[in-house]
Amino acid sequence: MDKKSTLKNITIITIIVIVVVYFYFNPGTQHGEIIEIDGSSTVYPITQAVAEEFQKIYPEVYPVVGVSGTAGGFKRFTTGDTDINDASRSIKDSEIQASANNGIEYLEFEIALDGLAVVVNVDNTWLDYLSGEELKKIWEPESSINKWNDIRPEWPDKPIRLYGPGTDSGTFDYFTEVIVGESGESRPDYTASEDDNVLIQGIAGDKNSLGYFGYAYYAENSEILKIVPINAGSGPVTPSDQTINSGEYTPLSRPLFIYVNRASLERIEVENFVRFYMKNAEQLVSEVGYTPLPTYIYEQNILALNPEP
Amino acid sequence: MDCKTLLEKILKLAKNRQAKRRDIWRKIKGDIILVLCLTGIIITLASLAAILFDALQEGLPWLDIQFLTSFASRRPEQAGIFVAFFGSIWVVALTAFISFPLGVGAALYLEEYAPQNHLTSFIRLNISNLAGVPSIVYGILGLALFVDALSFGRSVLSGALTLSLLILPVIIIVSQEAIRSVPRADREGAYALGATRWQVTRDIVVPQAFPGMLTGAILALSRAIGEAAPMIAIAALVYIPFTPSGPLDRFTVLPIQIFNWVNQPQSEFRGLAAAGILVLLAVLLSINSLAIFIRNRYQKRGR
Amino acid sequence: MAGENIKNIAIKRKKRRIGEWIIEKLLFGTAVISVFTTLAILGVLLFEAVGFFGEVSIIDFFTGTQWTPLFKDQQFGILPLIGGTLLVTAIAIGVAIPIGLGSAVFLSEYAPNRIRKTIKPILEILAGIPTVVYGYFALTFVSPILQTIFPELIVFNALSAGLVMGIMIIPMVASLSEDAMMAVPQSFRDGAYALGARKHEVSLGIVIPSALSGIIASFVLAISRAVGETMIVSIAAGSTPRLTLNPLESIQTMTGYISQISLGEVPFGSLEYKTIFSVGLTLFLMTLVINIIGQWIAKRFWRRY
Repeated sequence: MDKKSTLKNITIITIIVIVVVYFYFNPGTQHGEIIEIDGSSTVYPITQAVAEEFQKIYPEVYPVVGVSGTAGGFKRFTTGDTDINDASRSIKDSEIQASANNGIEYLEFEIALDGLAVVVNVDNTWLDYLSGEELKKIWEPESSINKWNDIRPEWPDKPIRLYGPGTDSGTFDYFTEVIVGESGESRPDYTASEDDNVLIQGIAGDKNSLGYFGYAYYAENSEILKIVPINAGSGPVTPSDQTINSGEYTPLSRPLFIYVNRASLERIEVENFVRFYMKNAEQLVSEVGYTPLPTYIYEQNILALNPEP
Repeated sequence: MDCKTLLEKILKLAKNRQAKRRDIWRKIKGDIILVLCLTGIIITLASLAAILFDALQEGLPWLDIQFLTSFASRRPEQAGIFVAFFGSIWVVALTAFISFPLGVGAALYLEEYAPQNHLTSFIRLNISNLAGVPSIVYGILGLALFVDALSFGRSVLSGALTLSLLILPVIIIVSQEAIRSVPRADREGAYALGATRWQVTRDIVVPQAFPGMLTGAILALSRAIGEAAPMIAIAALVYIPFTPSGPLDRFTVLPIQIFNWVNQPQSEFRGLAAAGILVLLAVLLSINSLAIFIRNRYQKRGR
Repeated sequence: MAGENIKNIAIKRKKRRIGEWIIEKLLFGTAVISVFTTLAILGVLLFEAVGFFGEVSIIDFFTGTQWTPLFKDQQFGILPLIGGTLLVTAIAIGVAIPIGLGSAVFLSEYAPNRIRKTIKPILEILAGIPTVVYGYFALTFVSPILQTIFPELIVFNALSAGLVMGIMIIPMVASLSEDAMMAVPQSFRDGAYALGARKHEVSLGIVIPSALSGIIASFVLAISRAVGETMIVSIAAGSTPRLTLNPLESIQTMTGYISQISLGEVPFGSLEYKTIFSVGLTLFLMTLVINIIGQWIAKRFWRRY
């Protein structure tokens, strides 16, 4: 059977080629230990940066970082599915309960500060600052604000175009919670996008726009945007690394956390990882665009790693 | 010439001129339609050119050995598609091993063995419908069935099984066509010599239909490599610093990595995404060339 | 001795018959997998969707015009998502059908064989480009160009996504229609030519009507593909559910919503999570109906030559 033997030949050759190519590129990826990390998409860039640098020093350890969201991450964390949970908020009571039920003990580490920037177009000459009240009026669900002069009568009679993060992002949850009052309370008629880059482009191209997103993205694009100082009662404060760090820029700055499973810490690679995290967070956090905490907090975190009796 | 013939002659002339004008109008219509159709083709070709040009322009500067051998990174200059590339290879290879036998088997059954009853028509109807189900629905299915219910987790195996289900209808339909093209006479000759159904299938039908089946399978696999939506549901957007060494390992694939980079804030990542696209296209091109090569080779021999 | 031989032959024959039976059942098993797949899809979707409809009334779901499941004021009217899907699909079809059909007519009726042979593989390449690439193309190439024409265009909009989706579908329409037209016997054409018809009259008046079933089948397939497409809309169309006919605005399609939530921070098992399944079920049923209509049309107009 001519065709049958040709078929056999082709199959054999293909298999050999595949096997050879594979082993050439993958000499023994008998992987060592995996550190399972999941959680917030906000914290992800920080943890990923740490994981990257960590791997350069400990190549046989494999930190795997997922993005299921703070809540989704906690769901896995409280059942012991993950070693570390990235969180853009502190753990909720229901989640504390869940981990207690499953016998999971954990440590909480504050690792960075995330500021939210409110921005308008560079050609917006009339806006000097916004108060927390005004922001709330603009963004609340049944808002009647449609034009700039609805906020302050001396402002232009032009329609406001709103931009903001998508509804399933932690940034959205946080903004609505501290500005409007409850997480998820927002008017629905704004241009939403997960991609902050898109928001930036939108605002930069629209004179009558107003939007909010992570401070890091503003910092990268400050030349084409105009930052809005926020007055929370003690005068307008412009967000910057200092004002976020000192707490002056409020209420739009929040702490970011990682939660570590106590049992996982008994593994040497996990302990090394968390230690490495705290040692390098200050630098990496800035690199990724967030605001680092005062150094002593990181030192405290490292001390907390020492085994408890 | 008298009045009557003169009148007749004038009328004839008028009709001729009308006919000629109609004729000219018809010709013009024909030309317009030709131009329209030509425009259609030109627009199509121009779009393809634009896509390739855009991808090349943005991606080529980023395409180098470092790109091919590095892990993902937050720094564009250090990022690479090593992990995604091998993830894709693993998933596609496994998908091929799973889906090809199943698809060919189903096609053989439907064409050679199946009686003409309600169950068979129902199965056929089913297959055509499944071919039209959006890929994201397969992603949902894979997530619920393979990742959760069967606890395979977010592994290469779950990804491969999901993709197999996705392309199975296509493989079945194409294989059916290939099997149908084998002349009845060949089969009947074998039956006349006392061969059993399986012997006929194995020794007569399959060898002849094989090139067609293979081409179809390879084209279906090309589709599988490029599918992002179901893979995102299964593998998730995740930072992975290793390539799979077994079917139960975590993984990521080229389309996911590209999608990831498109959504990054820094503009350099656009270039990276384009470079990833070039790699993906290169893989597709080689697979399609393989299909054409096999098709030609078999056609030269057999017939 | 002879008795032994006969026994051996009888045993061999029995083994063969059992083997045949096993093989037939095995092959039947593979064919039945498709049924299991459909059942599994329906099972998974219905299971969670039923939970969803326990808390949200079906009528509200299918008639509501606000889709805000992740806002404080939760509304579960799916019409904006369906509207988004239909808007993008309409644009895509509006692009793909004329261009695809025109290309098909050109290839089958006008083009010399050599040109056909070079263009057909190119069409196949276009069909094989991954949708991620199209999405990227829509965002980085098409949207900026459109912005020069429509300055008030937001980066995420239905028009870019629809146009690019149309481009993606063109090869499908062109290829299938062209196959259908090539299958029309030359004798039909020759007869018309003999009666003095011009080329375009033959193409439009004879070939297309004869190939109608294949052509319509290609349209239906294209529509079905457009409705189910995920990547292009996820990247380029936006994530703002909005019931509108204006293609310059951001919208969200059913598929875009599903992928957004799958990637997002929604707690597993919650009502918001279950929306994936109710929307998925709607999507599945929609494409099912489109496919069934397509098959019915194909059967009705099918002519064998």
